[in-house]
Amino acid sequence: MIDFEHVPAVAQLASMMRAMATHQMRPIAREMDENEHADPTGYFDFIWQSTKSFARAGSRSPGAAQPGSASEPAIGQVRQCVIIEQMSWGDAGIYLSTPNPGLGGAAVSAVATPEQRERFLKRFGEGKPKWGAMAITEPGCGSDSAAITTTAVLDGDSWVINGSKIFVTGGKRAVADSEGFVVVWATVDRSAGRAGIKSFVVEHHTPGMTVLKVEKKHGIRCSDTAAIVFENCRIPKDNLLGSAEVVERGEGFKGVMATFDATRPAVAASAIGIGRAALEYVQERFEAAGMSPRYGISPQKLTARERDLMMMEANLKASWLLTLRACWMGDQKLPNNLEASMCKAKAGLAVTHVTQKAVEMMGPEGYSRKLLLEKWMRDAKINDIFEGTQQINMLIIARRILGYTKDQLK
Amino acid sequence: MYSFDPTDEQKLIVQTARDFAAKHLRPLAHESDEESKLPGGFLAASWELGLATGAIPEAFGGVGMARSAVTGALVIEELAFGDLPLAMAMLVPALVAYPLVDHGSDLQKEKILPAFTAATFPRWTAAMVEPTMSYDPADLATKATLIGGAYVIRGRKCFVPLGTDAETFLVYAAEGGPGLDHVQAFVVPRGTPGLTVSAREKNMGIRAVDTVEIDLEDVRLPLDARLGEKKGIDFARVMSYSRVAIAAMGVGLARGAFDYARDYARERKAFGEPIASRQAIAFMLAEMAVEIDAARLLVWEAAWQLDKGNAATKETYLARMYADAMALKVADNAVQVLGGHGYIRDNPVEAWLRHARGLPTFDGMATA
Repeated sequence: MIDFEHVPAVAQLASMMRAMATHQMRPIAREMDENEHADPTGYFDFIWQSTKSFARAGSRSPGAAQPGSASEPAIGQVRQCVIIEQMSWGDAGIYLSTPNPGLGGAAVSAVATPEQRERFLKRFGEGKPKWGAMAITEPGCGSDSAAITTTAVLDGDSWVINGSKIFVTGGKRAVADSEGFVVVWATVDRSAGRAGIKSFVVEHHTPGMTVLKVEKKHGIRCSDTAAIVFENCRIPKDNLLGSAEVVERGEGFKGVMATFDATRPAVAASAIGIGRAALEYVQERFEAAGMSPRYGISPQKLTARERDLMMMEANLKASWLLTLRACWMGDQKLPNNLEASMCKAKAGLAVTHVTQKAVEMMGPEGYSRKLLLEKWMRDAKINDIFEGTQQINMLIIARRILGYTKDQLK
Repeated sequence: MYSFDPTDEQKLIVQTARDFAAKHLRPLAHESDEESKLPGGFLAASWELGLATGAIPEAFGGVGMARSAVTGALVIEELAFGDLPLAMAMLVPALVAYPLVDHGSDLQKEKILPAFTAATFPRWTAAMVEPTMSYDPADLATKATLIGGAYVIRGRKCFVPLGTDAETFLVYAAEGGPGLDHVQAFVVPRGTPGLTVSAREKNMGIRAVDTVEIDLEDVRLPLDARLGEKKGIDFARVMSYSRVAIAAMGVGLARGAFDYARDYARERKAFGEPIASRQAIAFMLAEMAVEIDAARLLVWEAAWQLDKGNAATKETYLARMYADAMALKVADNAVQVLGGHGYIRDNPVEAWLRHARGLPTFDGMATA
């Protein structure tokens, strides 16, 4: 039956996360934006302590987008996105800095052996805060991840990695500030193209790995975005995720690509959380000024402001419903590649517009750094870019609806 | 618990609607639009199917399907996918039957509902829209005033569907106002002194359905002509059902336009390749697909709110606003994808663009 009601446990979770976001994130949001590379250590300790038990129980910790696997009780993608939406309502930059297995953990969960899972993920249930990161993008390639030039060469019992990675979310915290790891995409055979690309776990502080710099960004400034260089970086042979065999349409690459079906709705959810923060703020201000939108009257009679507010609301809601659909399908184990890209493309664009409009609607106040609106506008934009730009997701959608291959629609 | 899966019963009804649309709506769409005429026997065939008023309770001789705006939205999308004007025509009985079931007095139900469970298509319709730029359902210019034990109605209505042959009109009028809670509905039989029915209107789209203007010049009605009698109707709810239905029509129409444009773009070659293999076209199609799904989910959620018994004024309003704009954009894109061929009436996309433009105007011309 078509139903839009959360089970009580999820509704409860949402209100818990809302309280957490209100008390632990909002109060430090501006400070963390102004001091770009500072650590919200109080938040790190709080969230680590309160979510460690999730990780220890073998389930996923809040904020970490990881696909489930049969051997692991998953909290489910709907719950995951409810959590992320609330945290991002609190602050998207801080949410992205949450100590957890992150995208690196997602890649491990997707294709690792049980032994690897134990070795790489157990740490998130014990000790000090840790981060997992994923390194795909290079200075010369972004969305075209098959063009990766970082190499991995087998030498005895080690893989030797050489290359440069950029835009590694949480990269510095994962490998330099904590006992985490980064999952690195590298090719074992450049002539094999996509089939030659494998993912490797590189442990924190591994010799030959250098965090070159942390980027200065438009928004989500609390989140560290690292450039990492690998120079003859030697890692154990069994840090390879999946099979070493170079096979056309190999499981490894497919497995890692499949993680996008779970992470794209997560990005959409984060975008929507930011958009809702901005919309709620503007709605409250107008309501306080006695200007609530008049639902039900002739659309001809709406003011421009009412129409703007309503379209912002409708677009956010539509994005959220598309996101929940993708998550629900994921939870039902239904293929959701199309729906995941749909919600990501829609939410990224919708929230970009919603937050820009929110700044505009508040006039000079909106542009001032006294309010969080301008920050939300900057934070929102990344969701239209990372985890596949809007255009890449539109390309995926277009191929799906047309039944076209990569060659038929470039 | 969150779910995007219709019930088995709903899937069965959707399949019925889809089959009927494929057989009786889509193939007749072009000719009925060109001739501005419903296909012969169309209303009778649709009436036999029983989709329009399936939720009339068994106690009143109906089939007694569960009254559900979600089911209604699912069915309406399928019918409008077939053809929006023909879908509108076959659903006209619901414009009277459902407000009657929801708000009518027992006496009115006993008296009127049999017309909606009989073997022949009921010659009833509803009159909501007014022929003025400032038309507002929450502030109708048509007024009903209680004078000396009778209601006196004064005003003008337009876009009254199937009005040419209608024997009775359900006329919406404001008792004071403004505000949705001031609007009531009145049963006005043809031939009532003061009621004039115009010749058929000439509109941009939905040409297959005859619509008329009616003029109410101090039409005097007995007290029991007021739907719900003393209690009256909950007009906000009537409007919510209407908005969901029209939004669902927009989704169905847009899906039709998208399908057609997608298939065309795969067939049509330019510079040696299908035009769909160019991002300029492919991205338009992708956007259409995303927006159709976005609008559909807003419609489902709004309908679900109604089924839960909530007023859903906001939800239905946003869903309708979104779906109206989406349908127009998607229909326009479809014409654009077909280029010059899209502008020629041999292809259906230009008709869909004309129909879609009407959606924001069609208050009270459909109900879920």
